[in-house]
Amino acid sequence: MKIIKDKQIIEDNWTHIADDAELTNGNITVSLSRWNHEDLNNHQGKVGIRLLPADKVEDITDELNKIPLIVLEFPIFTDGRSFSHARLLRSRFNYKGEIRAIGSYMPDQVFYLSRVGVNAFQLEKPEELAVALSTMNDFTVKYQQSTN
Amino acid sequence: MYQYNDNDQTLINERVTQFRGQTERYLKGELGEDEFRALRLMNGLYIQTHAPMLRVAGPYGLLSSRQLRMIAHVSRKYDKGYAHITTRQNIQFNWPELKNVPDILEDLASVQMHAIQTSGNCLRNTTTDHLAGVCTDEIEDPRPYCEIIRQWTILHPEFAYLPRKFKIAVSGSKQDRAATQLHDIGLHLIKNDAGEIGFKVLVGGGLGRTPVIGKVIRPFLEKKHLLSYLEAIVRVYNLNGRRDNKYKARIKILVRESGIENMTEWVEAEWQQIKQDMEVSDARYSEMKNHFAPHPYETNANQDSSFKTHLAQDKNFVTWVKHNVIDHKIPGYRAVFVSLKAPAIAPGDITEKQLDDVAEMADQYSFGEIRTTHRQNLVLADVKQANLFSLWQKLSALSLATPNIGTATDMICCPGLDFCALANASSINIAKEINEALDDIDYLHDIGDLKINMSGCMNGCAHQSVGHIGILGVDKKGVEWYQLTLGGSSENDAALGQRLGPAVAKDQITKAITTILEVYIKHRNEQEIFLDTVNRVGITPFKQAVY
Ligand code: SF4
Repeated sequence: MKIIKDKQIIEDNWTHIADDAELTNGNITVSLSRWNHEDLNNHQGKVGIRLLPADKVEDITDELNKIPLIVLEFPIFTDGRSFSHARLLRSRFNYKGEIRAIGSYMPDQVFYLSRVGVNAFQLEKPEELAVALSTMNDFTVKYQQSTN
Repeated sequence: MYQYNDNDQTLINERVTQFRGQTERYLKGELGEDEFRALRLMNGLYIQTHAPMLRVAGPYGLLSSRQLRMIAHVSRKYDKGYAHITTRQNIQFNWPELKNVPDILEDLASVQMHAIQTSGNCLRNTTTDHLAGVCTDEIEDPRPYCEIIRQWTILHPEFAYLPRKFKIAVSGSKQDRAATQLHDIGLHLIKNDAGEIGFKVLVGGGLGRTPVIGKVIRPFLEKKHLLSYLEAIVRVYNLNGRRDNKYKARIKILVRESGIENMTEWVEAEWQQIKQDMEVSDARYSEMKNHFAPHPYETNANQDSSFKTHLAQDKNFVTWVKHNVIDHKIPGYRAVFVSLKAPAIAPGDITEKQLDDVAEMADQYSFGEIRTTHRQNLVLADVKQANLFSLWQKLSALSLATPNIGTATDMICCPGLDFCALANASSINIAKEINEALDDIDYLHDIGDLKINMSGCMNGCAHQSVGHIGILGVDKKGVEWYQLTLGGSSENDAALGQRLGPAVAKDQITKAITTILEVYIKHRNEQEIFLDTVNRVGITPFKQAVY
C-alpha cells in the first residue's frame, strides 16, 4: 500500500497486526500491550509498536533505540493526545526512527502532525494522499518552536 | 498597537487560502460533515439556527479604525448591516453565507484580522483589560504579553485538538477587569517583595455548566518563563484532560478531580523539562513593548477650561460623563465608553454606519484605536477632555451615548433563541423588556452599579453565574423559563451567584427583576451597591419578595 514518508509517496510493506491476529512474517507492528507481554525476539522481520492516545510514551522510552517504527493510531481525529506523544518522542526522548500516523485523521491534520514530528502518514482513504501531501506546504511561517 | 510584519501577514494569508480549499472540498462533498465542522470552527464559523455565524478575533479587544471600517464593510457586503460584540472581545456576524466566508476572511486579512481559533477545542483568543495602558491602577500594560501569547497560540501544532476549548486572560492592574479568575488560565501581573514584576498564575477557572473560580498554581512566575509555563499547563491538560464526556472535558474538571496539588506537581515537573528552551528574552519583550508605547499625549491637555464650562451648562453631559467616562493616567485625558446598550437594541449590536462613524471619531479623538469590552461595549481610550463635549454630541446623535455603563441596563446577553441553535430560551427580547421597564434614567442611576448577565442556556456564554443578577434560560417541556441567581462577581472578589429559587415564567421575569431592585432599595445602606447589599443581607429577603 502507498503511504507518505518524508514528503514522498512510497510503497510500504509493514503489516499492522491486530491483538487477536496471528503474527505474520515480515515487518510488523503490534500494540503496546502485545509488545509488553509477548516474546517477539524470534520474529523474522522488524517489529514496530503502535501507541493509542491513552498509552504513555514514557512506557517505551527505555527501548526506543530498538524500535524502528512507532505508529500513532487515531481512533478518532479529535483526540489530540498523539500530537503531544509525537512531540515528546522527538524533542524529549530524541527518537530518530519513523513516526507514522494511521487511523481516523484528516489530511488537513497532516501539517500539524508533521510539525510535531510525525514523518509518515498512512491514510484511511489512499485517494487523499495527494491532498495530504500538499497540505504540508499550507504554511511557510510558524510562531512556535516545535520539532520542525 | 501591534502591527503585523511580513511573516504575520503571510501566515494569515496562507490561512485564508487553506480555508478556501477546505470549504471547496466540503462543498464538493470531499470533506465530511464532522471533519469540516472541526476545521470551520477553528476559523470561527458556526452553523446556527438561521445561517452560519462567523466570529472574528479582536485580539485582546484592541482594534484600529481601519479594522473597524472593514468590519463595517463586511457587515454591509456580506451580512445584514450590523455586527455584534461578544463577551470575549470578539466580533460576530450573524448572517454570512458559507460560500462567502473565504472572501470575508480575505477582506479581513487585508487589515490584519482573522478568525483563527475563535472557536473549537483549541487555544482561543486571549483577552485582557479594556483599559489596559490607560487605567490609573496599572502595574504594567498587559498587551505586549497578550500579543506574545497570541502568537504562541496561533496554529500551535500540538494543541489544536484539545479535550475542550481553552481560554487565557491577562490582567495588568490591581482591579481585575478581565475576569482572570474565570478562565482556564488567568495571569495577573504582580510585583513581588523584591520589586520584580512577574505573573501570578491561576488555573481551572471557568463559566459554563460548572462554574468554578480558578486556583493559584504558581504565586509568582518570572516573565521569561511565560510561554514555557503555559505550554506545560496545556500539555498536561492535553494528555490528561477527560475526553469521554464533553461536559467534563474542561481543565477545571481535571483540576477538580486530580486536586490542585497533583495538578501543580505535574505542571511543575513538565515545566522543569522545557523551561530552559523556551525562555522569552528581554529583547523580545522590549521589542513587543515598543508596539504598545504610549501615544504622543499632549502635556497641557488638562489646561483646557471648556470641559468645565460645558459641565456647568449641560446636565445631560454631566450625567454622561459621570457614567460613561473614566479617569486616565494622563492628566487631561479620559477613557470613554461607547454604550452599545441603547434601549430596544440587542446588547452588543452595532450597525455599519455606527461602526464607520466610531472609526471616524477614533481617528479624530483617540489616536485611531478602539477597544471592545467583555461587557459588550466599545471604548475610546485616549480622549482629551477638551474633546469630550463634541464627542458626546456625536455619540448622542448615533444613539451611542446612553449613560448606562455599569448600570442595570448595561446588561450582557448572549444571542439566545434568536440566533443560537443550543438555546433554551430567548434572551435578547428579555433584555429589551427589562430595558424598557427601567427606562427612567433617574431610577436607573439611583440603583447604581449593577451587572445583569443573561444566557439562553447552561453554556453560559453571557456569564450569568458571575452577574450580580444572573438570568439563565431553561426549557421546561418546550416552554421558556428563567433561573435567577444573585451575588455573582467576576472581579477581584470573584464569586458565583446563589440560586434564588425555582425558575420563573417568561412573563414574570421582568417583574421579578424590578421586585429584586425594590428589595435592594429598601435594604441598602447609604452608598451601598447592589452586590454589597446582597452579600450583607443574604438572599432571603429577595426570595420572599419574588416568590
Ligand atoms: S449561552 Fe447558550 S443560548 Fe446563549 S449563546 Fe451560549 S450556547 Fe447559545
